[in-house]
Amino acid sequence: MNLTLKIWRQKGPQDKGQMVEYKVTDISEHMSFLEMMDVLNESLVAKDEVPIAFDHDCREGICGMCSLHINGEPHGPDRGITTCQLHMRTFKDGDTIYIEPWRAKAFPVIKDLVVDRMAFERIQQAGGYISVNTSGNTQDANAIPISKYNADLSMDAAACIGCGACVASCKNSSAMLFVAAKVSQFALLPQGKVEAKDRVLNMVAQMDLEGFGNCTNTGACEVECPKSISLENIARMNREYLKASII
Amino acid sequence: MTTLNSRIPEGPIKDKWTLYKDHIDLVNPANKRNIDIIVVGTGLAGGSAAATLAELGYNVKAFAYQDSPRRAHSIAAQGGINAAKNYMGDGDSNYRLFYDTVKGGDYRSREANVHRLAEVSGAIIDQCVAQGVPFARDYGGLLDNRSFGGVLVSRTFYAKGQTGQQLLLGCYSAMNRQIARGKIEMFNRHEMLDVVKIDGKARGIIARDLITGEIERHSAHAVVIATGGYGNVYFLSTNAMGSNATAAWKIHKKGAYFANPCFTQIHPTCIPRSGDYQSKLTLMSESLRNDGRIWVPKKIEDAKAIQQGNLKPTAIVEEDRDYFLERRYPAYGNLVPRDVASRAAKERCDAGHGVNATGEAVYLDFAAAINRYGSTKAKISGNQNPSKEEIITLGEAVIEEKYGNLFQMYEKIIDENPYKTPMMIYPATHYTMGGVWVDYNLMTTVPGLYCIGEANFSDHGANRLGASALMQGLADGYFVLPYTIGDYLADDIRTGKIPTDSPEFDEVEKSVKDQLDFFINNEGTHSVDYFHKKLGLVMWNKVGMARNEKGLKEAIKEIQDIRKDFWKNVKVPGDLNEMNPELEKAGRVADFLELGELFAKDALEREESCGGHFREEHITEDGEAKRDDKNFAYVAAWEYTGKPSEAILHKEELEFKDIELKTRSYK
Repeated sequence: MNLTLKIWRQKGPQDKGQMVEYKVTDISEHMSFLEMMDVLNESLVAKDEVPIAFDHDCREGICGMCSLHINGEPHGPDRGITTCQLHMRTFKDGDTIYIEPWRAKAFPVIKDLVVDRMAFERIQQAGGYISVNTSGNTQDANAIPISKYNADLSMDAAACIGCGACVASCKNSSAMLFVAAKVSQFALLPQGKVEAKDRVLNMVAQMDLEGFGNCTNTGACEVECPKSISLENIARMNREYLKASII
Repeated sequence: MTTLNSRIPEGPIKDKWTLYKDHIDLVNPANKRNIDIIVVGTGLAGGSAAATLAELGYNVKAFAYQDSPRRAHSIAAQGGINAAKNYMGDGDSNYRLFYDTVKGGDYRSREANVHRLAEVSGAIIDQCVAQGVPFARDYGGLLDNRSFGGVLVSRTFYAKGQTGQQLLLGCYSAMNRQIARGKIEMFNRHEMLDVVKIDGKARGIIARDLITGEIERHSAHAVVIATGGYGNVYFLSTNAMGSNATAAWKIHKKGAYFANPCFTQIHPTCIPRSGDYQSKLTLMSESLRNDGRIWVPKKIEDAKAIQQGNLKPTAIVEEDRDYFLERRYPAYGNLVPRDVASRAAKERCDAGHGVNATGEAVYLDFAAAINRYGSTKAKISGNQNPSKEEIITLGEAVIEEKYGNLFQMYEKIIDENPYKTPMMIYPATHYTMGGVWVDYNLMTTVPGLYCIGEANFSDHGANRLGASALMQGLADGYFVLPYTIGDYLADDIRTGKIPTDSPEFDEVEKSVKDQLDFFINNEGTHSVDYFHKKLGLVMWNKVGMARNEKGLKEAIKEIQDIRKDFWKNVKVPGDLNEMNPELEKAGRVADFLELGELFAKDALEREESCGGHFREEHITEDGEAKRDDKNFAYVAAWEYTGKPSEAILHKEELEFKDIELKTRSYK
């Protein structure tokens, strides 16, 4: 198929960016979206032009590196996948596709489609852990039974890949789903209860400091999340936050 | 020829590690504060090492080329992690895990290292649970286990199909705790481009800031390389796009021996390739072989019809299917080790029984498992006379719970529903058992330079068993290196900070800058990927699943030619002082072009078939791998002398005192 691409180009963090139009031809429907981008980049190199920078690594939907805003949706039109799992069969011959970076104050553009997600790192550093040394001298792994129900819910929350699609999809650029996923994972496990109070307070405080907006329950994050992390986690985090704030 | 000193402690194998730990030198807490350690790579091995070393009190600088440690490719490991907990009561023990690993590795690994790995395996699970890793549990609330290839017990712990992700997030959280305390200084989007040696010891690295392009000097008292394997030498592999061998190769060129490069794992269950534009291959976890049955059509005309799209697999009756693994290996069936399964699939496809348009695929079929689970589920829920449809619905739900994310991943790529039509799979490069040579302390042949995880060679011999990579990465990082590195650093407590304004740093920085300048200024004609793809094709066709003398000799010549062409005609657009992914790739491919040649040379030199290394000249009458213990029971450790073709071979003879060398049989 033949496509028209309108892609955000920006040389560096301080430069002004703009949409630039490219044409690609003979794109196979079996290609992944990023393979289509590879084809475009190869053609740019052949023409002595600077290829388009975009983040990507594992190309199997788990590292969380890829981050394209495609036709107005983080990770494109399909559901429950990352950009690298999006295939060209989702598009039609002759389509025009708009490709932009994540847009949020807390995610400044580094170059072209690459953004800086260090804000997420700092939120995790504020409390996204259980304070246990890695000596191996803990108790036996089966010493505390954990109900399968809670263990599964914890796993569902822990499936977050930290890509930032929740922020990019939110009209408030809120990072609530991301933070809630981590808070929930630990809040659901006995190991995480000890520090639950400090964790939720510190992570939320850092989230606010980074300039993410607040949650107004539009639910766009849940729809666009490549791992389908549930909004229930935000409700759980709000409960944890309230509990931690009044006791 | 020098003999390598592997520094294996004395004593019975069961007690070696304990005795060793009792007698090593320790660094007191106050002195640890004056010692710096660089850790390059933040996957399971590097991440766990960085966190643990920081907890101990050392000052750690950690480097990752991605924008966060959480994105290292350990995250993509799906199936699980082995540990000899014997929670299932099925006869597992440290010894059995040790035995299975040595046997699975086709008797080409070091006994003492593997036993230590088995000994610490249980602590990994304890540790991870304490960190909040949400492993799968059964209804009683205890941890669940499943079975993997090459073993007869269930010792694999898992977190859905995302075990690597959860373990990595566990180590990432431990790192974050130390980053917050200032004990780890984290350098995201940085790539190590060379190591700096002072008085023969590793004392620092040169790194490039991938955002600004700035070249930086970092010093330390010891350097730990944890940068994973070199599978991307094949261009197409299940590795991440950025996975590279540059750190490992650069230290090789500075004196670290490189061991057994030809031991590479081709994983049997990957999604087949579809076209020339393909950028990478996707793994379907080995855990699927617990429930999936592998087959091809018995009749060649059926295979042909399928290849042409005129026949559906579901239309082929049971009698016309060849479950070739169950047929050839009745004892282990679909759960034979990876090397065996891969070769068997290739053999069937080469004979014309392959099942997609390219003829390079076999089926992995869940229909039997869906029926079995569905019937059980119906009984449990009190439905005595379930209809066929009810059974299938119930069975599919069980399969979805176990492998849902894998099935979804498959459906997205192939656009077929694997619950209804069997999956198509084909072998692909997945893991490299070979790597930087290390002694028992995980130190390379350069003092103060350590190598852990997939990047080293030590524990998996010629073939790695499923769910053992995660185990080794975390064992090295959490429980082995933190002890062994102290023994070395105990002599460094009076050294003080290492300055970076020395001639040694000047010299290495200059060579790094010269190479980058060359790439940017070279007026070439072809992109980096053009050369990488060419290299990959040679590697896959001549140094892939089956190798022979003629092919290997041709491969060496062809790789040399591609390398020559690369240095003349490579074209790198953009500038030095900016984010420049093409420039990053150029350096990595330059190293692959040398490593590939050593790889082929090693494969040529090893005149036997063992594990992932299959030489067509060395097979038994029934087509199985024929090992030669008399002449090849050694580790081939290569010393760099200026060119891969002139590398000098050093042999570490492998002694098997606790396990009898046997022909590996899974029949």
